[in-house]
Amino acid sequence: MKRRHFLGLAGAATATALAGNAMASGHSFEGYPNSYGVLFDASRCIGCRQCEMGCNTINSENETKPWTTLPKKDPAYFADLKSMNDTARTDSTMYTLVNKYEPQALGGKSPVYKKFQCFHCKEPACASACFVKAFTKTPEGAVTYNGSVCVGCRYCMIACPWSVPAYQFDKLVPYVQKCHMCHPHIKAGRTTVPACVGACPMEALVWGKREDLIHQAWERIRSVPGTYLPHVYGEHEMGGTNWMYISSVPFAQIGLPENLGQTPAPELTSGALGLVPLVACLWPVLLGGIWQITQWKDRKAEEATQKAVAEAVAVERAKAGK
Amino acid sequence: MSQHDHGAQPVILPPAEAWGVIRSLLKPSTYLQFVKEHPILSLIFVAGVAVTVNRFLIGGLAGTTNLDNNNPWGIWISFDLLCGVALAAGGYTTTAAALIFNIKGFRTAVKPAILTAFLGYSFVVYALLYDVGQPWRLPYPVFWSPGTSSVLFEVGLCVMLYVTVLAIEWLPNFTDWVGLPKISHIIHKCTIALTIMGIVLSTMHQSSLGMLYLITPSKLHPLWYSPQLPLQFFVSSMVAGMSMVIFEGTISHHYLHGRMSAEYNRDHDGVLFMFAKAASIVLFGYFFMKWVPIAGENKWDYLFDGKFAVMWWVEMLGFVALPCLLYALGYRSRSTGTIKAASALAVLGIVVNRFNVSWFAFNIQLRPEQRYFPSAQEVIVSVFVVTLIILCFRFVSKYMAIFSDHPSYKDHH
Repeated sequence: MKRRHFLGLAGAATATALAGNAMASGHSFEGYPNSYGVLFDASRCIGCRQCEMGCNTINSENETKPWTTLPKKDPAYFADLKSMNDTARTDSTMYTLVNKYEPQALGGKSPVYKKFQCFHCKEPACASACFVKAFTKTPEGAVTYNGSVCVGCRYCMIACPWSVPAYQFDKLVPYVQKCHMCHPHIKAGRTTVPACVGACPMEALVWGKREDLIHQAWERIRSVPGTYLPHVYGEHEMGGTNWMYISSVPFAQIGLPENLGQTPAPELTSGALGLVPLVACLWPVLLGGIWQITQWKDRKAEEATQKAVAEAVAVERAKAGK
Repeated sequence: MSQHDHGAQPVILPPAEAWGVIRSLLKPSTYLQFVKEHPILSLIFVAGVAVTVNRFLIGGLAGTTNLDNNNPWGIWISFDLLCGVALAAGGYTTTAAALIFNIKGFRTAVKPAILTAFLGYSFVVYALLYDVGQPWRLPYPVFWSPGTSSVLFEVGLCVMLYVTVLAIEWLPNFTDWVGLPKISHIIHKCTIALTIMGIVLSTMHQSSLGMLYLITPSKLHPLWYSPQLPLQFFVSSMVAGMSMVIFEGTISHHYLHGRMSAEYNRDHDGVLFMFAKAASIVLFGYFFMKWVPIAGENKWDYLFDGKFAVMWWVEMLGFVALPCLLYALGYRSRSTGTIKAASALAVLGIVVNRFNVSWFAFNIQLRPEQRYFPSAQEVIVSVFVVTLIILCFRFVSKYMAIFSDHPSYKDHH
């Protein structure tokens, strides 16, 4: 690396860290205006897995990049409703999955279904954690992944509060796999809405602008009093997400943690990262100073000793001379 | 207090013979001889190579590890990276004491400390090659597509630069050995600049390793999660470094006594007592530092809540307070035995802390059956890496002037 290139890099790191710090103290990013998202209504979902099949179809029949293409699954796989449970999770062969819960709120017997996929955060943890900028928050709302730079450190999987990104552990050249909200397919005109939304027969999934979806969600909550809990999951969680949920049972009982807080993920690290340039600038001066001081003190002590010795010798000589 | 003025000046081969030693490394007979002399080490070596082949050419990560989508980081991160970097902190603590603070009697401790740090960091990077999915892309974050908002970018950049600094700091041992004193001479002129760079880079990435977990408030147990994690990691790394110097010095003394000069042996106990006192003070501060977030964020209730509370108390009392006390007692009574015990406990304590943060108290949202436990092959790789470090250390200190001054520096100090 050329020295100038390196200095530029160091400068960029400093600037980013400082900007991050500024952001932490006066947070102002409101997310992309007019970005799209999806609203999921747990009270409408019947657990038919059509969304899963729609996702697999569009992403396996259209060869895009290796990290945006899924292996084709037999339709019979999606017809199996008996094996649905509350522990299964997405892996590198699927972007979405419907879990079946039997929440305490309904006596522990009646099933409630929840579709799981990437939440497409307004300020994604994965993107801020990635050290090669493999993740992009698109102005359209989707969080996309570019495998061509991915090293495979899997810090995105650590950072994501919902542990969304999945990894191809079984491949020798592995990539991360995660829902891209059909971003490449909508761009290419293959579909107008994400395939899962298009496949849902119950309108449990609604596609639209995020602002409109929030409005619609609260309309639904208000219009049928007592049905929904007054909480739109994803409106504020981790600074807000583009995929949101409403439900008649507590979210914690359908696998959606309610302890995430409202702080966007990048803010959790930007403050500490902002101190890095401070250390890089202050430490050398401080350490250099300490070194100078110790050198100086040692030299002074040495001189003092020599002087004392010389004086003592002189005194002795004078005595002997007498 | 033991005195070590015995022992003759260790023999350093003249440069011409040094090249002969290097050439012998290319001969199979050297290795057959090694197998005959060290059957257990050879067995570890064979197992390590077998897992390596499986990891890169046959089974991939799925065929070698117990990692899964819920547990993307395992023992290769918890032990090889987090513990490896912390325990290699002896490099910056010793060079700071010897060269920046100019503490008398530390000069001879510098070369072993730099060698340990250099090998430690080199093998941290080596172990990372196993862990990341596409290791041939490891230079990408710095040279191709830098993600500057990432804590891991900061870690990667600092570790890369620090390995370079350590390689330069270590190089004179090699160039003296093979008879290229001019190179050594140039590097010696840069000693202070290199030392300061080393300390700055160590401060940054030791703390950044703790910073990695700031982004996971909902996954790491509240007793360990704190905005002060970076500070805690940095301060505890000083303890790790100093304890490792004492711990390792004891072992080296046992096995490499013949390589140690009279001056090294004379200084040895002084370094031990000085670091014991310093480690005791730092541990004392660290003990209270760990309480600050508990009080500041009002986490008192967690201290008496279930198994995580027990783990926290064990870490705090058994691996922070106890070594702190033992170091202090050992220093007061001038007991090298107590200090050595304290250093072993402190080293173990760092492992306990890093394991708690990255493994035992991490991913607490998972059900018990989803939790991670390393596979045999993962453990084999970690043992293999430690073995390689020890073998390299032994080789270098057997031939180069690590525990003594090179004959060509007779008049230098």
